[in-house]
Amino acid sequence: MLISLQNIKKTYTGDAENVIAVDDVSLSVDAGEFVAVVGPSGCGKTTLLLVAGGLLGPDGGEVTIDDIDPYSLSTEQRARFRAERIGFVFQQFHLVPYLNVLDNVMAPALVTGDPAARERADSLIERFGLGKRVGHRPGQLSTGERQRVALARALLNEPRVILADEPTGNLDGENSQEVLQTLQSFAQQGGAVLLVTHDPDAVAFAGRQVALSSGRIAENQE
Amino acid sequence: MKISRLIVQEIAHRFLNFVLAVTGVSIAVACLVASVTMIDAGEIQSEQLVAQRQQEVKDAGKKLNDEMRKITKGLGFNIVVLAEDEDIAAFHAQGAPTRTMPQDYVTRLANSEIVVINHLLPIVTRKVEWTEKKKTIVLTGTRGEVPQAHRDPKKPLLDLVPKGKVVLGYQLHHPDKLKPGSKLTINGRALEVAKCHAERGTVDDVTAWVNLEEAQDMLGMQNLVNAILALECNCATIDRVAEIRGEIAKVLPGTQVLERGRKALARAEARNKAKKTADAALESAEESGRQIIESRKAQANVLVPLAVIGSFAWIVLLAVGNARQRRGEIGILRAIGLGSRHVLVLFLGKALLVGLVGGGIGYVAGYMIGTGYSEPVQESLFDLNWLLIALLMAPALSAAASWLPALVAAGQDPAVVLQEQ
Repeated sequence: MLISLQNIKKTYTGDAENVIAVDDVSLSVDAGEFVAVVGPSGCGKTTLLLVAGGLLGPDGGEVTIDDIDPYSLSTEQRARFRAERIGFVFQQFHLVPYLNVLDNVMAPALVTGDPAARERADSLIERFGLGKRVGHRPGQLSTGERQRVALARALLNEPRVILADEPTGNLDGENSQEVLQTLQSFAQQGGAVLLVTHDPDAVAFAGRQVALSSGRIAENQE
Repeated sequence: MKISRLIVQEIAHRFLNFVLAVTGVSIAVACLVASVTMIDAGEIQSEQLVAQRQQEVKDAGKKLNDEMRKITKGLGFNIVVLAEDEDIAAFHAQGAPTRTMPQDYVTRLANSEIVVINHLLPIVTRKVEWTEKKKTIVLTGTRGEVPQAHRDPKKPLLDLVPKGKVVLGYQLHHPDKLKPGSKLTINGRALEVAKCHAERGTVDDVTAWVNLEEAQDMLGMQNLVNAILALECNCATIDRVAEIRGEIAKVLPGTQVLERGRKALARAEARNKAKKTADAALESAEESGRQIIESRKAQANVLVPLAVIGSFAWIVLLAVGNARQRRGEIGILRAIGLGSRHVLVLFLGKALLVGLVGGGIGYVAGYMIGTGYSEPVQESLFDLNWLLIALLMAPALSAAASWLPALVAAGQDPAVVLQEQ
């Protein structure tokens, strides 16, 4: 299993009351799988994604990514683990505003220092049709282009896993299709994709769908 | 891509933040450098002024000594060492000593370490009848000044009178219109006039100076002298004459010492007093310069720490603002793998750059302000050490001020940031 979440529990402690975001969720994504996690807002989808991505430690349960428990690593080791094994794609793109397309795509290489990263970045930029926008900053790009830059950044270090949180939430149909096709293609090439969405069109690209409700798995279907 | 590119791109993106931070550092450094430059300029200026005053006082002192020399030379020797049995009252009454002492007394005095007198001149002198002219004259024999063993040779106040020559006082040459080269006879001894003195209004006017040996021969006083003339030093002591007497008594016990020429000495003392006043004025100028510098230092002691603290606070404020502004960006960079170490480098790298640029600009500005507000001095006020200090301390200050905001930024939880957004 590339992604293995076993009996994950996560509770947010509040002043008035505690909120159980994820309650005893177990989920596995194998190499070559594209899994969509669906559910209404506040059902714990994003929390589950952050737990899976080594960004938010669970209160209970076990997480392994590519057979490694990221939470057994130190903070610095976990950061490098994310850079090397996981690609993130977000609804808000989260590009660095003052870096141009090339630099944004190259950002994960700051950690790995991989000399081949530049070549891969150029290749990804061409692949996503951003060749003529390479010197532009995010503010000068369309939303579709920004998400393509985010995708290229996620793929730069050739991760085993891509975690996507509503990647098509701000995109039109055509750009959504392109993003989803990319994720599908990634899975088909042996990667694992965990997509969090409530977009029915996006779910259609996934091989498996997991429905969350109030932090629990309500449905798990092929 | 390297972290440095990220730093430079961020600076270019938020240039105002960078400019404001650089301005803060520049002001602190400029205050420091301007203060130091002004203090340096003040010190140099003060030193130059004092040196100029010192030279003036030195010149005045030299002039004074020269005048003293002329006065004392005009006066003649003002210390007279007389034999133990000399009747001082008779000496004053007759205008010449009557008793004798061994000639080697002068050698003992010259070979001693005595410093309170100089220009030692042994004489034999006696009031005699100039039989050829039927005049009473003072016949004085001198061999010339005896060099003092422990002192540098001085230009003699009275030149040696060669054998066969005579130096005449005014009343002895004027009536007969004698001139250097004129021949005359004194009590049977043929002599040639070597020099004729101008009128002095003293006993010198009726004195004839001849060579010591000739005088001793003429007076029947072989190897004896009546007096040793000397010139007292222009030393500042409480009781000069007593000191001279004490010193001479150690070498020539029993001899008597008289001081002559009080009026001239009073004049010399007045000049000494004037020199003391000049010295005091010089000290006052030095003290005034010191006070100005101390005042500038006191101002700098307040201004510089204030500027540094103000700059520190300003940079902290800007760094906190910058960290808050970059919260989302740092969150995503952390999410995609940058460690807290990388984030620290991002913030501290920028802070160091701010310090370096601010230090450089601040040094130039401070130097220009410092030189602009100081009186022009000949020497260059540029100090490489202060430039290096500015270029090292300003980045250190900036980094220290950014340290806490950088730590906060580096420690922020990317999950929290991503959930917020």
